[in-house]
Amino acid sequence: MMPRLEARAEPSAWMSIASPVIAIGLTLVAGAMLLTALGRDPAEALWVYFVSPFTDAYSRAELVVKAVPLALIGAGLAVSFRANVWNIGAAGQYVAGAMAGGLVALGAPEATGTAWYVLYLAAGAAGGIAWAAIPAFLRTRFNANEILVSLMLTYVAVLLLDWAVRGPWRDPLGFGFPQSRDFTQTFHTPVILEGTRLHAGVLIAVIAAVALTLMMDRTLRGFELRVIGAAPRAGAFAGFSQTGAVWFALLVSGGLAGLAGAIEVSATVHQLQPDISAGYGFVAIIAAFLGRLNPAGALFGALILAVSYIGGENAQILLKLPKNVTGIFQGMLLFFLLGCDTLIRYRIVWGRRLAP
Amino acid sequence: MTDADAPLLEARGITRFFGRFAANRDVSLAIRPGERHALLGENGAGKSTLVKMIYGVLAPSGGEFLWEGQPVAITSPAAARALGIGMVFQHFNLFDALTVAENIALSLRGERMRGLAARITKVSRSYGLAIDPNRAVHSLSAGEKQRVEIIRCLLQNPRLLIMDEPTSVLTPQEAEVLFATLRRLSGEGCAILYISHKLDEVRALCDAATVLRAGEVVAQCDPRSASSAEIAALMVGRDVAQVGRTAAGGEGPVRLSVRNLSLPAPSQFGTALHDVSLDVRGGELVGIAGVAGEGQSELMQALIGERRTPRPETVSVDGRGVGHLGPDPRRLAGAAFVPEERAGHAAVPDMGLPDNVLLSHHRVERLIGPAGWIRRARTSDWAARVREAFDVRAGGARPRAGALSGGNLQKFVVGREILRDPGVLIVNQPTWGVDPGAAVVIRQALVDLARRGAAVLVISQDLEELFAIADRIAVIHAGRLSAARPVSELDAETVGLLMGGAEPGADRDDRLNAETVHA
Repeated sequence: MMPRLEARAEPSAWMSIASPVIAIGLTLVAGAMLLTALGRDPAEALWVYFVSPFTDAYSRAELVVKAVPLALIGAGLAVSFRANVWNIGAAGQYVAGAMAGGLVALGAPEATGTAWYVLYLAAGAAGGIAWAAIPAFLRTRFNANEILVSLMLTYVAVLLLDWAVRGPWRDPLGFGFPQSRDFTQTFHTPVILEGTRLHAGVLIAVIAAVALTLMMDRTLRGFELRVIGAAPRAGAFAGFSQTGAVWFALLVSGGLAGLAGAIEVSATVHQLQPDISAGYGFVAIIAAFLGRLNPAGALFGALILAVSYIGGENAQILLKLPKNVTGIFQGMLLFFLLGCDTLIRYRIVWGRRLAP
Repeated sequence: MTDADAPLLEARGITRFFGRFAANRDVSLAIRPGERHALLGENGAGKSTLVKMIYGVLAPSGGEFLWEGQPVAITSPAAARALGIGMVFQHFNLFDALTVAENIALSLRGERMRGLAARITKVSRSYGLAIDPNRAVHSLSAGEKQRVEIIRCLLQNPRLLIMDEPTSVLTPQEAEVLFATLRRLSGEGCAILYISHKLDEVRALCDAATVLRAGEVVAQCDPRSASSAEIAALMVGRDVAQVGRTAAGGEGPVRLSVRNLSLPAPSQFGTALHDVSLDVRGGELVGIAGVAGEGQSELMQALIGERRTPRPETVSVDGRGVGHLGPDPRRLAGAAFVPEERAGHAAVPDMGLPDNVLLSHHRVERLIGPAGWIRRARTSDWAARVREAFDVRAGGARPRAGALSGGNLQKFVVGREILRDPGVLIVNQPTWGVDPGAAVVIRQALVDLARRGAAVLVISQDLEELFAIADRIAVIHAGRLSAARPVSELDAETVGLLMGGAEPGADRDDRLNAETVHA
C-alpha cells in the first residue's frame, strides 16, 4: 500500500486554510526531533521557542516590533507573487531603503519637524523602488530572470551598506565600530506604547496591508495583476500590459521593502549598521506564503514568524542554542507549507496504483 | 467461430473512476484482426479514457482486457507496444528541433541511426506515406507530422493501431491518402481502432462501430448500414437540430476590413502572415478554412490586437483604422473576439464567471467605476445574463470557469461576446471539442448575429461547419489568405485543394516522393 496523489476535481478551499496550520504542526514535530538530537529536552525547548514570547508584556510588544518589517515586506511580496513576478530580492530593497533614508537622516542632523520624518520615509520607499527598478528594467527590456537579478542585487546592497558604514558614514566617535552616527530625534519613529519599543510603524504596516488587499480584490489594477499571474494569455486578450504588471509588482514590493528598512532603522537601532537586515527580506517570503499570498494575510504570517525570532533569541540565552536554529525552523516552515499546499489541488489516496 | 474470427483484443466490463465520476462504466467491445473499428461518441463520452487504458496510459478501476483470448494487464505504453499495440495521438509527440529519423530513433530502443533512415524510407514508400527522414520536424506540415507518427508505429509492426481523431489536421485530400493507408494495413491483418466524431468518415472507412455515451456503450453497429443521422442520434441520445439559415440580406457596408496585413512569425516555430487582405460586410458571415497551424492563431492575435502593426489601416472596424491599437480600443470601436483556446486565453480557468466577464468587458461595458473600483453587482448581473441566454450549465452558484465542461465554457465565452451585440465578431474555432448540441447553439447564435447586421468572421478547421454557416469562404495556407468566394461557387474539393496549398493533390505527393528519393 503506497500513498499516491490524485488530482481533486476542484481546488480545496478548506485545505488552503488548513495547510498553514498543518505545516506549523509538522514544523513543531520536526523541530522537537531536531532539538532532541541536539540533546535538549524537546518540551522545554519548544516552550522556550514558541510559548515564552507570549509570557510577558514586553515580549509581546517585541513580537509586534519584529512583525512590522515582515508584514510590510510580506504584503508587497504577496502582490508581486500573485502577478507571477518573483521578487526574491526584498532584502536588498530593504537595505537600499534604509540607506536612502540614512542619506536624509545623516545629511540633515539639524533638521526638526514631522515634514523631515515624512521625507525620511519617502526616501526609504524611493530607495527600495530604485533598487527594484533594476530587475524590472532588465526583465522587461532584456527578459532577464527577475529571481536571479533581484537576489544577486541583495548582495550588492548589503556590501554597499557595509562599505558605507566602514567608510564615508562611519561614526567618528564610534570607537572604530562599523556603524553610522545616531539619527537625531527627528528621525525616530515614535513609540506608541510606553515602556516598550512598540512603534507607529505597526499602523503603517496595517494600513498598507489593508489597502493592498482592497486593491487586489476590488480594483481593476488588482484584477489585472491576478489575471496576468494566473493566465498571461488571457491578460493579453483583455488588453492588460504584461510589462506594466512587472513594473508595478516590482516597484510596489520594492517600495514597501524600502519603507520597511527605513522604519526599522528609525524605530530600533537609530543608526546604520551592517547587520540591520536580519534576514527580514527573505523571511517575509514565508510570511507572504503563510498569509496565502493575501496582503492582509501577510500580517498574520508576519506575527507567526516573529514568534520564531523572539523564541530564537530566548533559546540563545536560556538554552545556549545557536542562532542558526531559528533559520532552520523558518526554513522547515516554508518547506512543510509548500508541501502541504500540494494538497489544495491533490488528495492523498492509499491503495493500488492507478496511473494518473 | 473460426480462429480468424477470434477477437484480437477484447474489453470486458471495463470501468474507470476519476474520484466518484465514472468516465467508463462496464464497457465491453471486441476487435478482430484486420477489422477497422470505429469508436464514436461526443466529447466527454469516455472515448479517450478507454483508449488510454488500452494503450496502458491509464489503469482500469475494474474489468479486464483479453489479448488473443488471454487476460492481460497493460500496465504501461511500453507493455502495450510489446503486445503489438500502436497509437497515434491527436496531439503530436514530436520534438520540433529534431529530424524525422531522430524523433523516430528516440522511441525505438536499441535502434542504430544508420540503418534507420533506410527503413523509414522503405516503410514510407510501401504505405504511400511520403516523408524525408532527414527533414527537421518543425518544417513539416501537420499532415506530414502525422505520417511521422504513423511510420513510428508501423516500424514496430503493430497488430492493433489506435488513431485518435486523425483527420482534424488534414485536408480532405490528405484524409483520402490516410484512408488508403489504413485500408491497406487492415488488409494485411492489422486491426484499426479509429476514434472520431465525423460520421461520414467513419461510414466511409470502418466496418464496425462502438458508440459511447456518458461512459457507457449504447450501441454496436455496422456504420456502413446505418445513416449518419441514426448514429448521431445514438451518440447524443436525442435528435440533433440543424442550424437554420436564411440568405444574407443584400450588400451591407464593410464593417471589418483587413488590408495588406503582414507580420513576422512570433516565434521560431510560428507562422508569418503575408499580405493578408479581407473585407467582411455587415449582415454576412465569412469563414476562413485551413488545416491547423497555417497562421490562424497569428491572424487571430493580429485581429484582437495582441500583436499590432505600425500602420492603423491594416485592420479597420467600421472604417476606423485600429491596426496600431490594443484589444480594448478595438472593442470600443465595436469589435468582439473569441480566441481558440477557451481555458487560459478566452477565460481564466481559476476565476469565476463574473471575473471572466470583467476580463473582456471591463471597459467596453463600463464595469469599472471611478478610481478603478470594480462594479461587482453589474459584473455578476452580466455573468448571470450570459448563463441564462446561452443555457450555460455549471455546478454551484459561483463555479470556476475551469470547472465547466468544454461545451458550456465555449457557450459562455461566445455568449459573453454576442450579448454585447458587437458590430464585428471574430471567432477562432467556435466549436472545437464541443458536443453537437452546444455546437448547434453556438453556430445558430453566430448566424443570427450576422443577420442582425453584424460582420462575423469565423476561422475554423471544420469544413462542414463553414459550409453550414458561412456566406463566403477564404482559405489560409502558410500565412497567406486566398480571396473569399461565395459558398455557392465552392465545394469541399476546391476548398480542400486550397487548404493544401492550391496545387493539385497528385503533384504535391509526387514532389514529396521526389524529395524522399533525392535524400
